Amino acid sequence: MRNLRGAWHYLTTGSNWGGSDGMWHLLVQQLLISVTALVVAMVIGLTLALWLGHLGRAGFLSVNITNVGRAVPTFALLAILVTLDHPGTATFGPYGRAGLATLIALALFALPPIFTNAYVAVREVPSAVKESASGMGMTGSQQFWRVELPLAMPLVVSGIRLALVQVWATATIAALVAGPGLGTLITQGFYRTDYPKGIAAALVVAVVALVLEVGGALVERAVDPNRKGTATEEAPLRARTGEPVGT
Amino acid sequence: MPVTLLVEDGAVRATQAFQPSCYSRLVNKWYCTDYLRDRHHDLTSALSQHLHITALSLVLGIVIAFPLALLARRLPRLQGLILGASTMIYTIPSLALFPLLVPFTGISSNTVVIGLALYALTILVRSMVAGLAGVPAEVRESATGLGYGRTRLLFLVELPLALPVIMAGLRVATVSTVALTTVGTLVSYGGLGNLISDGVQNNFKAEILAASVLCVVLAVALDALIVVLQWLTTPWTHRRRTA
Repeated sequence: MRNLRGAWHYLTTGSNWGGSDGMWHLLVQQLLISVTALVVAMVIGLTLALWLGHLGRAGFLSVNITNVGRAVPTFALLAILVTLDHPGTATFGPYGRAGLATLIALALFALPPIFTNAYVAVREVPSAVKESASGMGMTGSQQFWRVELPLAMPLVVSGIRLALVQVWATATIAALVAGPGLGTLITQGFYRTDYPKGIAAALVVAVVALVLEVGGALVERAVDPNRKGTATEEAPLRARTGEPVGT
Repeated sequence: MPVTLLVEDGAVRATQAFQPSCYSRLVNKWYCTDYLRDRHHDLTSALSQHLHITALSLVLGIVIAFPLALLARRLPRLQGLILGASTMIYTIPSLALFPLLVPFTGISSNTVVIGLALYALTILVRSMVAGLAGVPAEVRESATGLGYGRTRLLFLVELPLALPVIMAGLRVATVSTVALTTVGTLVSYGGLGNLISDGVQNNFKAEILAASVLCVVLAVALDALIVVLQWLTTPWTHRRRTA
């Protein structure tokens, strides 16, 4: 309880928020690295998944990428990447120390939910709809852009939301390998037995995670064209039960 | 020719005698059998701590998830609340959840066990609710017609039929709990994560790789164990197929 009071004191002290190692700076740094990793994973994952889903190939990959992502500990992958000679622990621009290794690990762990959801979304567009689209004389790419993608959108966005929450969690863990972001305050607090500091930073990290989750859910609801339809209501639920873990 | 060979052979043997092992700071290889041989005590004790924490968290998760799932089923109004609250916990990163538990549990393995149980809970409640909801109403009605009471209906009819879905959830929970246990190194109870953390701090490559690989192997082994358990406990799912 003394630690909780200490944490509150830490949070309400203005000087802890400012400066180059203050919480604002670290918070922005962690958001920056999370969003960058998410964009990288989206460019790679969405392109591959939507294309393969349109062709109807690689169902095997979509199942296994999730399982592999779940079994490999984020911490282990971060540790290996940081110790590798190439990405290393060198400072990487605004991303800070060990920024490149963290960025690669984050992008890798964001891939499974993005890929699997986007792939399943395109695959599960009812074949009757696809048939009538081609019956109307649509070419393959017209069919993809005008029929499959709009119908797949809710599930694709739900994958991106999952990935965002996951990336935020992974970015926090990066602190265990001297990465950037708010996690460093948590590890510093614990390694130097300054528990209030660690608990305060943990609170900020948790609150931002919840904000990202709720914000993502709102965006998801906004892009869902027929959120009262039974089919779309079931689909995100199914995707969520298979939530990739790595938080 | 034979002479040069002999000389080379001798030279190699001489350097080998002075050569540091592959895990020394000078060589520092990723894959090093000497490390596995010399430090196998480190690895086994970390592995046993890892297994201990994982198993305890899963058992605790199941024990809490089961009544919650029954409650969610009985009171549909509570269902949204229970699922929502557990999803919220799930959203909190592990490295932030452990510190938030510390004021209540202190620096102990309890912090890690309770934190991981909370994560497992989310997956388990969801799969239990889905599994029980999937039991056909006709089955439930005929069992009631045969005179099954509520408890017997649950344990002898509904649970066995829900088992495949519940087991699928347990597999996901197990694999992710094994992976997440490593983060427990924050409070020095991370099993193999402690070795990974030590490896990063000392730039000790063989230790990092060995602990990481063991962690994945443990996850895969436990997953396989649950598959076997499921096969043994639900004989009707495969007997029907052969008949």
